[in-house]
Amino acid sequence: MSIRTQGVIATGVIALLAAVLWINWPDLVAEPIAAGVEAQATPEQIETGEYLARAGNCIGCHTERGQAEYAGGRAIGTPFGNIFSTNLTPDAETGIGAWTSADFFRAMRHGRSKDGRRLYPAFPYTNYTLISREDSDAIFAFLRSRAPVESPRIPPDLRFPYNTTLALMAWRALYFRPGQYVPDEGRSDVWNRGAYLTEGLGHCSACHTPRGSLGNIDPALAYAGGEIPSLGWDAPPLNPLTSDETSKHAQAEQMAALLKTGVSKRGVATGPMAEVVFHSLQYLDREDIDAIVDYVQTLPRGEPRSVQRGPRVPERQRQTLLTRGASLYAEQCSDCHGMDGEGEAYKYPALAANGLVTSPSPSNLIRSVLFGGFAPSTEGNPRPYGMPPYSHQLADDEIAAILAYIRNAWGNGAPPVSVTEVARY
Amino acid sequence: MLHRTQTILLLLVFFCSFAAAAQSASNEEFEIAERLEACAACHGDRGRSRAEDYFPSIAGKPSGYLFSQMKNFQEGRRRHAIMELMFAYLADDYLEEMAAYYSAQEAVWTPPTSSWSASALERGEQLVERGDPVLELPSCTACHGASLKGVAPAIPGLLGMRPEYLSAQLGAWRTGVRKAEAPDCMATVARRLSRSDIGAVTAWIASRPLADDHRPDPELTRELPLPCGGVQ
Repeated sequence: MSIRTQGVIATGVIALLAAVLWINWPDLVAEPIAAGVEAQATPEQIETGEYLARAGNCIGCHTERGQAEYAGGRAIGTPFGNIFSTNLTPDAETGIGAWTSADFFRAMRHGRSKDGRRLYPAFPYTNYTLISREDSDAIFAFLRSRAPVESPRIPPDLRFPYNTTLALMAWRALYFRPGQYVPDEGRSDVWNRGAYLTEGLGHCSACHTPRGSLGNIDPALAYAGGEIPSLGWDAPPLNPLTSDETSKHAQAEQMAALLKTGVSKRGVATGPMAEVVFHSLQYLDREDIDAIVDYVQTLPRGEPRSVQRGPRVPERQRQTLLTRGASLYAEQCSDCHGMDGEGEAYKYPALAANGLVTSPSPSNLIRSVLFGGFAPSTEGNPRPYGMPPYSHQLADDEIAAILAYIRNAWGNGAPPVSVTEVARY
Repeated sequence: MLHRTQTILLLLVFFCSFAAAAQSASNEEFEIAERLEACAACHGDRGRSRAEDYFPSIAGKPSGYLFSQMKNFQEGRRRHAIMELMFAYLADDYLEEMAAYYSAQEAVWTPPTSSWSASALERGEQLVERGDPVLELPSCTACHGASLKGVAPAIPGLLGMRPEYLSAQLGAWRTGVRKAEAPDCMATVARRLSRSDIGAVTAWIASRPLADDHRPDPELTRELPLPCGGVQ
C-alpha cells in the first residue's frame, strides 16, 4: 500500500473518530449519576413532588383524554410525526415501577430512559435538564406514591429519517447540553427562582421561542414567540412584555393574575395557555408566580421572529372592510367588549392594546372568534365567562370585516386579515 | 289602631322580602345566564335552540344526562370540535351548575316542517312503542319513558328535536363516532336498526308534540331491557 493510500485511510479514520466523538458529545460530557438513597419517601417529599409535577405540567402530556392520570398514551404531534407519552405510574411492566430515583433523574437530566434509549425531545428534557437532583427525586417520590396503571408503551410514529437513532443522536449533539441551573449571583433569590422555574420545569420556551426546521429551540430568538404547529395556535412573544417603566407594576399584577387565575383586568388565558393554567400554573404558590413574572419581565429585548404574512388586502378593500366591520362590531361584539374596546375586567378581555388582536400571526384571533371558548376554571375564577362561537352565525367575509376593524381601531393600527385566511379555519 | 298599623307593616315586610327573594333568584339566574352566553349562540336563549336541525335544545333535559354529555365531550367519547373546546378546561362543579340551570328551563316545541309517508310513521310508532323482538330491539319507551319524556337524572327526553339531529346521533352511534360510558346501550340499539328503521323512528319521534306535562319522570322505577353504563 502506497504512502498516499495510507494517508487517505488515516484521514478517513480520524474523520470517522471525530464524527463519532461529536455525535456522542452530550453523553460524554454528562456527569455520572449517583445512585441516590432509595429510602422510603416522606409525606413532605411527596407533597413537594406533587407541587413540582404541577409546575412541570407532566399531567398535560402524560395523560390521554378520558384515561387514567399520568398513564401516558397521548399522541404529541410534531412536524415529523407523532410521539406518544409514556406511563409514569409505578406499574412494574409498563410504567416506572422498576425504576430508581437515579433512573428518573437520568431521564430528566440526560433525556435517556432506564434501558438506555435516547428520548425524543418532545419530552422537553432540553428544559428539564436544569432541575436539581433533589427536585427530581421529589417528583419521582410523588409518582411512585400513586396507584399503578397498566398502560403499555406506544412506540413513536415518525417519518424516515427522523425515526433513526443516528438522527436523534445528531440532534442531541447539535442542540442539547445537559446541566443544572446555575444561579446568577448578581440577581435576587426571587429572580433566580423565577429563572429556575421558567427555564426549567415551566419549559415556557418550548412554545414561546421559535423553532428551527429540525424542531430545535433557537436561542438567538429566545421568547420571540412561536407557532405551535400541532395545535394550530401561536404562542405570543414574551421579550419584552413592556418597555414602559411606569406600566411595569400594573403589568406584573396582570400577568400574575392571568397565570394564577386565568383572567386579568384586560386579558384571558386562551387556547393552549388555558390548558397550562388549568393543569399547572393555578397550583403554584403566589410567591412562585411572582418570581416567574419577575424573571419574565427582565427578558432582554431580542430580534422579532419572522412570521409568514398572509395574502395582502388591497387598500380599497381595506376601507370597505373597516366600514362594514365597524357596524358589525357594534351589533355583535360591543355588548361585551365595549364600543371603546375596553372589555370588562375579569370577564371580557379588552381588545384595545391587546397583543392577541394585533399579532402578526392571526391564528389565535381567528380561532377565538370562530370557535369561542371559556377561560379555564381555577380556584381564583371557578365559574368563567365564555365567548360564543361565531362560525355558525357570521360568514367568513363578515368575520374578516370585524377583524379588520378591531385590529385597526382604538390605536391598534394592525393590518387587516384577508377573507381567504379566515376561510382556512 | 296600633294593631292595624302593625298588620300593615308586617304585610309590607312580608311582601318586600318575598319580592327581594324573587329578585335575588332571578338575579342569580341572570348571573349564570350571562356566563353561558357562549352556549346561547347555538343552543338558543335558555337552551331553546332555533336551529334544531344541528344544535339540539337542551332546555328541560335531565341534569345528569346533560352533565354526562359535557363529560363525554371533555373526555373524547363524543366528538365535535367546538363542544370539545368549550368544556376542555372547566371544573366538574361548574359543569354541574350549567346542567342544573338548563335542566330547570322550560322546553318548547315547534312543529317540524318535514312530512313523512304513512308507512314510515307506522313503522316508527311500532319500534318506539313496542320495539321489534325479531331484531332484539326493545321499545324506546322501555327506557325513555311512556311519552318519551325521559327519566331523571340520566335518561334524556326525545321530544322537541329535529329528525336530522336524531338520525345524526343514531348514525354516530352506529359508526362509533359517538360513545357513551360502557356498556354502551345506545350503540347496541343503533346497530340493530337498519337505515330505513332509523328514518322511521326519527320521523315518528320528531312528529310527536310535547305533552302538557313533559318534564322527565323523577326516578327510574323499572328495570332497563339493556345494561347501560350512562344510567347505572
